[in-house]
Amino acid sequence: MEHKNNHIVGYGTYIFVWLTLVTLTALTVTVASFDLGGFSIVVALIIASVKALLVMLIFMHLKFDDKIFRIFVAVAFLTLMIFIVLTFSDYSFIR
Amino acid sequence: MNQIAETLASEHIHRDEVGAKIGMWLFLFTELILFGGMFLAYAVYRFSYRDYFALASKELDVFIGLINTLILLTSSLTMAMSITALRRGNKKLSLIFLSSTIIFALLFLVNKYFEWSAKFNHGLFPGSNDLLSLPRGEIIYFGLYYVMTGLHAVHVIIGMIILLFMLFYIKSNKVNQDYYIMLENSGLYWHLVDIIWIFLFPLFYLIH
Repeated sequence: MEHKNNHIVGYGTYIFVWLTLVTLTALTVTVASFDLGGFSIVVALIIASVKALLVMLIFMHLKFDDKIFRIFVAVAFLTLMIFIVLTFSDYSFIR
Repeated sequence: MNQIAETLASEHIHRDEVGAKIGMWLFLFTELILFGGMFLAYAVYRFSYRDYFALASKELDVFIGLINTLILLTSSLTMAMSITALRRGNKKLSLIFLSSTIIFALLFLVNKYFEWSAKFNHGLFPGSNDLLSLPRGEIIYFGLYYVMTGLHAVHVIIGMIILLFMLFYIKSNKVNQDYYIMLENSGLYWHLVDIIWIFLFPLFYLIH
């Protein structure tokens, strides 16, 4: 059973991803200093999601592992999204 | 030599590394739901107490939060590079990277200690009179802040202990170039801790 993933990610790729993550962190801090009203939380969450995605795809090897892992993670996040959407679809109307 | 070891291993021990990794991811999903529930509570309360959250978050030091973000991102980098080094057969470099990861984890906790002691000195700790005299929205903000960053800090401590074990396992060759799934799974845990902080930082420190 040769399921073992033999792809070794090089140091260069990791350092590049790290630099991107640091840049995105600087970006999120800079954006937060402007008052965008209700929009600032959206921007903060988008940047955080991109960072999380980068960590998962490269640092956590999802990009290089079996497809089954990507499906797993998608299902897990979908579950969480269902919690969030259902909660807010309910909560937004309670007043 | 490695080949002999591999043959022996495949004859005597059945290893399912994909299975081990799936198990780890399943565990990480329970963590996702654990923190996810808290993020959901945060979202609902932030929705109802927007202005109070903005006011209370001014008590937090963005600089300390930023430094801790950079520390964790860098620790994730050294963690990933430690696995690459081991798989390329460079045990010494792998140990150096892994030790750096542990030192970064320690630095994160030291920062957290100073951050929390500053809050405590200002009388802002769970259940304190100063905190309870604040408006309800701010009490909830600090409640969420202490529980979520506190639980995250517990994860950092656990991660540190796991990585210390890995350090000894690599030293004694229990984890090596051909058998590194334990190090990979520890890495997955460590990156999860990083991901959670990636969300905690903007949600608690960077509010207007």
